[in-house]
Parts: sequence; C-alpha cells; structure tokens
Amino acid sequence: MTISIDQQKTNNESLQPKGWLRYFSFSLDHKVIGIQYLVCGFLFYLIGGTLASAIRIELASPMSDFMPRDVYNQVLTLHGTIMIFLWIVPVVNGAFGNYLIPFYVGARDMAFPRLNAVAFWLIPPSGLMLVASYFVEGAAQAGWTAYPPLSITTPQSGQIIWILSVLLLGGSSIFGGINFIATIIKLRRPGLKLMQLPMYCWAMLGTSLLVVLSTPVLAGTLILLSFDIIANTGFFNPVLGGNVVVYQHLFWFYSHPAVYIMVLPAFGLVSEILPVHARKPLFGYTTMVFSIMGIVVLGLVVWAHHMFTSGTPPWMRLFFTIATAFIAVPTGIKFFNWVATLWGGKISINSAMLFSCGFIINFVFGGITGVALAQVPFDIHVHDTYFVVAHFHYIVYGGTVFIIFSSIYHWFPKVTGKMLNEKLGILHFIITFIGFNLCFAPQHWLGLNGMPRRVAEYDPQFQFVNQISSLGALLMAISTIPFLINVFLSVRNGKDAGDNPWNALTPEWLTSSPPPVENWEGEAPLVEEPYGYGKKISEQK
Amino acid sequence: MLNKNIYLILIISFVFAISFWIGFNVNLLPAEASINAPIYDELFKILFIIGLIIFIGMTIAVIYSLFKFRKRNDQIGDGIALEGNLSLEIVWTIIPSIIVLLIGLYSYNIYDRMGGMRELNHNHEMMSSNTEKIWAGISQTSNNEIATNNLSIEVSAMQFAFLFNYPKGNFISGELHVPVDKKVSMKMESKDVIHAFWVPEFRIKQDIIPGQPTILNFTPTKVGKYPIICAELCGPYHGGMRASIIVEEESVYNEWFNKNKKPEVNL
Repeated sequence: MTISIDQQKTNNESLQPKGWLRYFSFSLDHKVIGIQYLVCGFLFYLIGGTLASAIRIELASPMSDFMPRDVYNQVLTLHGTIMIFLWIVPVVNGAFGNYLIPFYVGARDMAFPRLNAVAFWLIPPSGLMLVASYFVEGAAQAGWTAYPPLSITTPQSGQIIWILSVLLLGGSSIFGGINFIATIIKLRRPGLKLMQLPMYCWAMLGTSLLVVLSTPVLAGTLILLSFDIIANTGFFNPVLGGNVVVYQHLFWFYSHPAVYIMVLPAFGLVSEILPVHARKPLFGYTTMVFSIMGIVVLGLVVWAHHMFTSGTPPWMRLFFTIATAFIAVPTGIKFFNWVATLWGGKISINSAMLFSCGFIINFVFGGITGVALAQVPFDIHVHDTYFVVAHFHYIVYGGTVFIIFSSIYHWFPKVTGKMLNEKLGILHFIITFIGFNLCFAPQHWLGLNGMPRRVAEYDPQFQFVNQISSLGALLMAISTIPFLINVFLSVRNGKDAGDNPWNALTPEWLTSSPPPVENWEGEAPLVEEPYGYGKKISEQK
Repeated sequence: MLNKNIYLILIISFVFAISFWIGFNVNLLPAEASINAPIYDELFKILFIIGLIIFIGMTIAVIYSLFKFRKRNDQIGDGIALEGNLSLEIVWTIIPSIIVLLIGLYSYNIYDRMGGMRELNHNHEMMSSNTEKIWAGISQTSNNEIATNNLSIEVSAMQFAFLFNYPKGNFISGELHVPVDKKVSMKMESKDVIHAFWVPEFRIKQDIIPGQPTILNFTPTKVGKYPIICAELCGPYHGGMRASIIVEEESVYNEWFNKNKKPEVNL
C-alpha cells in the first residue's frame, strides 16, 4: 500500500512542470504550495492596500466627495474581507505553515498533499470572484461583518457572491487546518517528541484547532443568511420574525477566534526568528506552549465582547469582560518571554529583527487598548468608533503584518538561496513603522472624541487629525516600493546565501537552499534542541 | 550589583512618574455632559495610566536590549544559554493576573455605578404592554424612580434619521430636547436595519435593533447642544445619520415642550 502511494506520487511528480511554471500548477510539493499561498496573498494585499488608500483619500476631507457613498461602503467591505480572508489568514497559516511545518516535524511533505493543493487552489477563484462582484451589481456593502438586516436589504448579487467567496475561503482554511493537525500529530519523525518541536508547530496546532472548531459555525451562519437573502426565509430577518442578534453571536463565535487564527501563527513565527538573531534559546519554552493553549481555550469563550452595545443582557456583558481581559495573561507571558529572549543575547540588528521588535512594540500597544476595550463601561463609549479601528489595526497590521515581513526577510534566503538587501530592508522597516503609527495612533483620539467607524463623511473638527492619518497611509503605501524593488533585485542578483546564512538550528536550515523536492537528500535530521544557542551544538557549527 | 539595582529602581520610578504625569495632564476625552461621563473618565484615567506604564516599560526594555546586547563587529559566538527562569515566569503570570482581576472588579463597580446592572424595565404610561421583554440597554434608574420622576421618550430610528416621540406631549420631534439634571428614559426601536444611539459627551451608546426594543437612560448635567451619532453601519448615508440633543434649563425646555404639545384626540 505504502509503495503504491509512493509510486503514484513519483509518477505525478515527473508530470509536474519544472522551474517557475510549477508555481502555476497543481503541485503537491508543500514548498511550492507555501510560495503559492504567499505570492497570491501578497497580490491580494496590494489590492486590499489600494482599497485602504481609497478610504484614506475619501477621509482626507470631511465631505463625501471622492467616491459615491454606496461605493465607499463596498470599498470598506472588500478591504476588510480581502485583508482578513485573502492576505493574513492564508499567509500566516497557509504560506508559512506549508513551507515550515513538514521541515519542523521531519516529514517529506504534508499529511494530505492533494487536499493541500485543493485548499490553495480554492483561494484564487474565490478572491477573483469577490473582486469581480464589484462589476456585476456592485460588491457587498454591509461591512465584513455582514450584519442582517442590512446585508439582506442591500443589493443581493454582491452579498451572495461575498457569501459564496467567504464559504470557499473558509473551506480552504478548514482543509488546511485538518492537514496541519494531522501532519504535526502523525508525521513526526521517529524520536522527535512533542515538547521538542519548534514553537511555530505549537502555534499552528492551536490555530488549526480553532480553525476546525469555529470555521464551520461561520459557514453554517452564512448559509442561513444566504437562505434569508435568496429564499426569503426568516432566520435573521426581523420582518419575518427572525433574530438579528443571533446572527451576531454566531458570526463572532467564528470571528473572534479568527483574531487568534491571525495572531497565534505570528506568535509562533516570532518565536522562531528572535532566538536565531539574538543567538539565545527561546525563553520559557514550556510556559509558551501552555500560554498558546490557554489562548486557544479562552479565545473560544470571549466572542460576545463584540456585542456589548448590542442586544446582550447585563450578566452576559460582565462574563465576557472578565473572560476577555484574562486573555491578556497568557499573551503577556509570551511578550515578557520574548523580551527575556533578547536580554543578554548577541543581537544582530537586521530587517528581520527590526520588524520583530516593531511587532512587539505595536502589539503591546494594541493589547493594552484591547484590555481596555474588554471592559464593558469603557467599550460602551468607543464601540464602533475609530478607537476600535485603531485597536485592531495595531493587532493585525502592527502585529501580524509586521511579522509577515519579518518572516520574509528571515526565510527568503532559504526559499531562494539569495540574500535580501539589508539597506533596503531597513529602509522598508523605517517607513513602515513611521507610516503605520502615524496612520493609526491618531485614530484612537478620533474614536474617543466622536468619530464613528465606516463613515464617508465626518464632523469638520476632525479634519486635521484625519489628514495626519491619511499621510501615514501614504507612507505605508510608499513603504511597499523598497520592499518590492528589494525582492525583485535580490531574486535576480542577490548575494548567494549558502545553506544556513543565520547559523540557525531549526531543521529547515539543515538542508540546501533552496531545499530539494523531498526536503533532505538523506534521512531527516533529528533536532532535539531547536533553540540550543549558546550550547555546544551551536558552537560546533 | 547594588549599582544595577539602583538604576533599575530609578528607571521604574521614571516610568511610573511619566505615566502618572501624562495620565493626569493629557485629556483625550470630549466634554463631560452627563452623570455617566465623570464616572467613565475615572475608569479611563486609571486604564490609561496602567497602559502607559506597561507600554513605556516594554518599549524601553526592547530598545534597551537592542542597544545593550547588539552584536559588536568583533564578537563571535552566541549569547548565554538561558532557557527560562521559573520563578520569573511565575511572577509575570501572577502579577498580570492580579492586575487584570482588579481592573475587572473595578470596571464592574464602574458599570454598576453607570446603572448597567439595574433591571431593564421601561415603565411607560402611554404603553399598553408594560411587561414587554426588554433585551438590553443601560438603565440608570430603578423602576420606582422611573414611575415618579423622569422624562420618557420613545426613539425610533430609520435609514437615515432619528425620530423622538414625546408621548406626554403627543408630538414627534427630529431634535431631542431634554431638561438639564433630569433623568431621561428612552425606549428605542428601529424601523429597518440596526442603528446605534451615541452621544460622545454622555459616554453612552446602545444599538437600536429592529424587532427588539432596547432602553437607554441617562441624566444630562450640562446645558448645551451635543451630537447624536449613529454608530452602526446602516447604509450609504450612515455617515450623515446624525441628530442633535439639546440640553436646556427646565424653564426653556418647558417653553419648547408647551409650544410643540398637541392636544390628545379622543376618538
């Protein structure tokens, strides 16, 4: 049986195109699929970023004068949906997960290579469909939350395409989650214990559990919503006796864990990057593992904090306040551990390290506003304002996107065999960091002082602060230029990286760059101490 | 060693001092115009100071590490092989847990003082269904108080306007007029999609939901005109869905009320 599968796989591989063409094929190689996820996600990031720029141009003046009002709502809906479902979730899970997890567990591929390829190839069509819905009758315009009854009363075609697209992307995410769980649990190289795995494996295990537990709830909810839209059923439609608050509960039962689906993998990635460039073991491995699992458990019971001003009774508001605030404890442990990892190291100040440190600073800020938002009385004033917009951009952009860039600088040499240019990388970091903080820090003040989110027009007294924010957005847009130049130049004539330019100890560095199809020429190495810096093993290298 | 500890203590006191100074001197909030507002601002100030201490402390720790432990050109090899420190990790599990728990208890107290834990009943003379189930809201007054001493208003929200019904005067207004220092009790219902009633100067917000009435009670404390803002995406003109609340002296309010009052028609 095993032999026949192996043969089948080899046969298929001989049919696979070679060279760059394989990135456009139904490849079963986890490394090719990882890069497919990354590049596809980045293209959607550029689209989502363009939409974000359109929002900031509209908000540079208090009047609704840059685009029609309904188009503005379509733009903000698409911006949110694209950034979440087509950029951050596929990249931190799909791209890095596919590329790294088989290396980390010592396997030659993922547990289900075909399912893996299917999961990726669901993404481009659903993404294109989502973008194309703009040209049909206008895209969805009820926000990425698609709250009924607004989503039932806005033009149907856009909303239905949005639902279909999110269902496919959710399916892709579930396939990926099942695959990661199976790979981490079942495909570990003999002799490799769970507590010896690099931290990213734990992060992906936790994330995949959340994906598998919560995404089906979103799928079911959206199917019911589509019945309400197409078939005039009354699940959520108040005119027919439906309940709009039930939708919010079901939606946030997925969409709050979705925040951890977006940040836990980033926590894993930063745990790989910091020890390498600080030349120190990851501080507190065991507490890190437990705090990841703590976040997974708590993350499932906090969803109603998105509904403090909605139809929720007082006791519920209170329970979710305490549960939410307690997520700060395991999260805090991780941040203290990372700073302790830096402490006493021999830190190389390079692009990967700078983006990781930028992540720590931004995320701590976003985490603090998060604990504040968890308090019902605090949230009642700022809910659905620019304060919340600023908060979650500090988490998903200042947090996760910074780590995506950090990871690209860290693993680019492994994937391509070439180094990225450090000067351009540091320039990229500086512009991104300044632009990001300039864009989002002032929005806290806007929210506190009376600017609601998702508006195309606002009180003229907020114009100056909005213009500062738009200037920051402009810098963020500019910051992608040195990055793109860097990637294109380095792929063509970058400095040769060698197999292990960072002298790292995790298993992906113990093979050639780029790695062979089956990951290692011979046996997979047994890495019992992936963070053994400062010990004998690393000094031998 | 002693030297090091002194520096550490100096830095920590510096972080605390600057956080307290900013917390007490930088005002990020709009005017306070209801009983809720000063209570809210008290909570805000405390969260702001704690947040600043943590943020400034962590930022200093990261930047200091980057400078102090950066790899010099002549250095080779690794840092110290320190894999963890159980007592330190226990400390930074327990201290944040205590802080979070205290913040939670304190914000419960604040929420209670804002009337969040009061029973949600809207006793209304003009309504036939007194026992109607109210789903959510903030009730600053108890049942008895509402019956005796309050101004009852029925709010209906629709794309893209608020309408305020004064049942005692039998008229509907597009502007919300209320007397200063008097409890206002509102029952809100939406005609179409979800809206929200937000007055930043009052620090209160409550969604207005179709099919489920919500209530919102408040007591304005400062004469003036404040914006009522819809805070829930409700369609293309969401950004323009605004109204005004005009808080005035009781005599001025009564004059306005009597001018608009319509006689009840008995059929």
